[in-house]
Amino acid sequence: MAAGKASVSRPRTRVNALMLTLPLVAFIAVTFVAPLISMMARGVYDPTVADIMPETIAALQSWDRQGLPPEEVYAAAARELTLAREERTIGRLATRLNRQAAGTRSVITRTGRALNRGAEPPWSESLPEIHEAWGEPEVWETLLLTGDRFTADYYLNAVDLQRTVDGDIVRQPETRRVYVDLFIRTIGVSLSVTLLCLAIGYPLAGFIAHAPPRRARLLLTLVLLPFWTSLLVRTTSWIVLLQQQGVINDILVWAGLVPDTERLTLVYNMTGTLVAMTHVLLPFMVLPLYSVMSGIPGVQMQAAASLGATWPRAFLRVYLPQSMPGVGAGCLLVFILAIGYYITPALVGGQSGQLISNLIAYHIQTSLNWGLGAALGTILFAAVVLLFVFYDRVLGLDRMKLGA
Amino acid sequence: MKSPNRIALAAATLLTAIWLSPSAHTQEAQSITVVSWGGSYARASVRAYHERFEAETGIRIDLEEYSGGLAQIRAQVETGNVSWDVIDIEAGDLLLGCDEGLLEEVDLATLPPAPDGTPAEEDFDETYALDCGVQGLTYSTVVAYNRERLTGPAPTTIADFFDLERFPGRRGLRRSPLVNLEFALVADGVPVESVYDVLSEPGGVDRAFAKLDTIRDVAVWWETGAQPPQMLADGEVLMSTAFNGRIFNAQALENQPLEILWDGQVLAAGYQAIVAGTSRLEAARRFVEFATSTQSLANITHYISYAPLRRSSQTLVDTHLDTGIEMAPHLPDWPANAVNAVIEDAEWWADNLDDMNERFAAWLVTGGR
Amino acid sequence: MNAKVQSSRGPGQWALAIFCTLALLFLIAPILVVIPLSFNAEPYFTFTAGMLTLDPDAYSLRWYEQVLLSDEWRRAAFNSLVIGLSATALATTLGTLAAVGLSSPAMPWRRAITALLISPMIVPIIIAAAGMFFFYSSVNLTQTYTGLILSHAALGAPFVVITVTAAMAGFNRELLQAAASLGAGPLRGFFKVQLPLISPGVISGALFAFAASLDEVVVVLFMGGIEQRTIPRQMWSGIREEISPAILSAATFLIVIAVLLLVTIELLRARSAKRSTGTGGSARAVH
Repeated sequence: MAAGKASVSRPRTRVNALMLTLPLVAFIAVTFVAPLISMMARGVYDPTVADIMPETIAALQSWDRQGLPPEEVYAAAARELTLAREERTIGRLATRLNRQAAGTRSVITRTGRALNRGAEPPWSESLPEIHEAWGEPEVWETLLLTGDRFTADYYLNAVDLQRTVDGDIVRQPETRRVYVDLFIRTIGVSLSVTLLCLAIGYPLAGFIAHAPPRRARLLLTLVLLPFWTSLLVRTTSWIVLLQQQGVINDILVWAGLVPDTERLTLVYNMTGTLVAMTHVLLPFMVLPLYSVMSGIPGVQMQAAASLGATWPRAFLRVYLPQSMPGVGAGCLLVFILAIGYYITPALVGGQSGQLISNLIAYHIQTSLNWGLGAALGTILFAAVVLLFVFYDRVLGLDRMKLGA
Repeated sequence: MKSPNRIALAAATLLTAIWLSPSAHTQEAQSITVVSWGGSYARASVRAYHERFEAETGIRIDLEEYSGGLAQIRAQVETGNVSWDVIDIEAGDLLLGCDEGLLEEVDLATLPPAPDGTPAEEDFDETYALDCGVQGLTYSTVVAYNRERLTGPAPTTIADFFDLERFPGRRGLRRSPLVNLEFALVADGVPVESVYDVLSEPGGVDRAFAKLDTIRDVAVWWETGAQPPQMLADGEVLMSTAFNGRIFNAQALENQPLEILWDGQVLAAGYQAIVAGTSRLEAARRFVEFATSTQSLANITHYISYAPLRRSSQTLVDTHLDTGIEMAPHLPDWPANAVNAVIEDAEWWADNLDDMNERFAAWLVTGGR
Repeated sequence: MNAKVQSSRGPGQWALAIFCTLALLFLIAPILVVIPLSFNAEPYFTFTAGMLTLDPDAYSLRWYEQVLLSDEWRRAAFNSLVIGLSATALATTLGTLAAVGLSSPAMPWRRAITALLISPMIVPIIIAAAGMFFFYSSVNLTQTYTGLILSHAALGAPFVVITVTAAMAGFNRELLQAAASLGAGPLRGFFKVQLPLISPGVISGALFAFAASLDEVVVVLFMGGIEQRTIPRQMWSGIREEISPAILSAATFLIVIAVLLLVTIELLRARSAKRSTGTGGSARAVH
């Protein structure tokens, strides 16, 4: 009887437990996961040209790409460009084509304006009169290349590659190669910040972990205060401290270390990014280190010392190995947070302190190259997911507690 | 008995509630959002015609800050959630926005005539006429410097801005390819009238960027018009490009020791445009009519040194209201100021803005170490 | 508690103490420096000669006046409260339910579901904001309060899940069975027995979620319109556009709020530590 009851109730409690999580699962799926998927999709799906010039693209399929396309293609293009001009979609079309081949924007917008004023068939003669580019195969090949709804162009662009008309994949011209460098810079900055945090955080965490309990509590609170303070506040503080007419330069000038005319540039550059990011991320290093270190008995070091080991030797052989899980957790956490960093570099990084996140924001907010922004975002996302999978394998994600 | 803690908490809550509650964010009968360039220019616009517009029409103006580009407008139009109604926009953005269907078309003929009855389309300077906006003012981007920070002679030409040997020190530049390419070419010896021909030639853009390369290490980039006067006053930079009106106001109102170098200035027109799809189209049109009326455009010159593009307003230019300074010699199109001026080619920029922005962004991010 | 690493204070120990003092100074000083500067009578970001000599005329409340009387800041405070409180309510309700479910020993696919539920905390905010911008604009939720509340609730829910799960770890399930044997239904058992015992976890989760919303600026930048400007969004403009010490007085307010939140969390922690095992200390995502 008892066994029978248990086997009946277990599936029920399973369902109950599942039902309790369901609302949040559904909520996260809609408000968070769906947006991520829509971002990934944006990087490969761009229907602009296919939607605005469907007949031209269809007619171009039969073009042998020897010489110029036939009149019917020209006629379809003229018709659809006129329509696009009327429906005011021509700007979007021009933007998309221009991204594939620089300079195409003016071909499209000028043709739109001229068609609006009126033009006559045969179109294979009047279009090249409006703009000489219609008499060359390149613009047609650009249309053909971009006519697919699905495209790898944005992802290629995100790693400084492009597709030629012949389908070859080649590097972008030198003036357009940015993103690989920027990914490398982002990784470099993240590593530097991680090491800086470790250099400051390791001794600090050790000090707190082996302080008397009351003092440890107080010190830990001091570490937590910046944690709770708004990120904007902390970033503002660094601007106040580091700018040329700021507190640190004032002190240096007052102390006679720096002449008033040559105040140091400490902010709006890489220095600003490094200092402010280290400040913001330091608590994420200290807390996991502290939680591991407070579990290492201090007597072990004394025992090692009493056995004749020098302090460095005792530290290396006894203390360091036991604190390694904390080092791993702290470093990985700081690194993961650093590679996705946005606000601090945006506000204190100037130009040289910009990271990949800032370019993602730039493409979403300013250049409006949403496909490229989405592709860059997806690559960054993939990197973070990989790092977390690694974290999970090595340290266990479920052990990630909120702090101490 | 209530504990003191509870009483304090209740009092704090009450105070917060009182602070938050006033009518500040309750919707009034009608309001429009006008987007403009902030700082002293926005203050000038408010005093010149926003206040009168509100008083005369009862339509409240929410003023929002803007520093160029089409991004926010495009996002609003594409999502069908238009919160901006009228925008004070640059010519290149206006052309692009018009092509993209982001802005309403405006017909100059429907605007109110000059006081003497001249129809509006004849009263406005036709060289600047574009489909989707009303040309209001010319403004100029100039080089300015702080004379108290100079140790030697003052700069006299745009080439001096790029001369780090004679004028060592940081340079403020607008964070945009706009204006910078022009300055670079003129400083590199290109005559002002052939700047856009050179830019259209193969290698022309490379030449401009190569010239910009020479000052990249000392460049400090500004985004809003309010920043350059501040950077100059603080000594953050030795020289900076800036909108001429901002420098004028820093000189006139704040007595800052700033000087304008008119050589190589880039003259451009500013437009009033209406965002497509606004639900407050009628009020927005009324505002544009009001803002580009003879009186409003003349009034602006009482507060800031930008030149009206209505002929009937130009005759009304007199003095700066707060200081009594004679305004005409401070306007960018005053003959002595416009001796060596680049006239911005909006069409070139509309055609090339995307490419230049992309190249500029890449240039900034990868080289600015 | 363990003894100190070394019983005698050698030079190494002193060096460590000095180093740690400097490190703590590095953490705290930048925050504290803002407070006196917010009382600057001059529009500068640095200490004037008068301030250093403690001349009362060098100090003023003008920036506080400016912030408190400005419609923009008032609207920002109002928006931050509305969005923060609504998002917190949503995140706390859904998060607590989910955490109770996750803590059940019978919960299937626990690892996968936990990973899903805490993913908003892990994914870099710029990516989340980009995705939300694309997705929410396709369903017309950009530039609306609803859009911001939903996204902030998603970003805040993981904190609730984690703190409540931690609180549940210390909860004795036999209490629920006891309640059931006394005739309480599952709902009654939850509200009368379980909820009061895990409430410190729920409250600290709610505080985390609220703090996360109060500090969030990237999603607001991407999705919010003028109507939805929050305090951090207003500060962002303040830093980038018109640089005035007014933002320092706003910053001082935020520091006071941070201290209050920190103290509350620590008190809750101490209380629940007494009651059962800890709910985990304090942490928050920053991006």
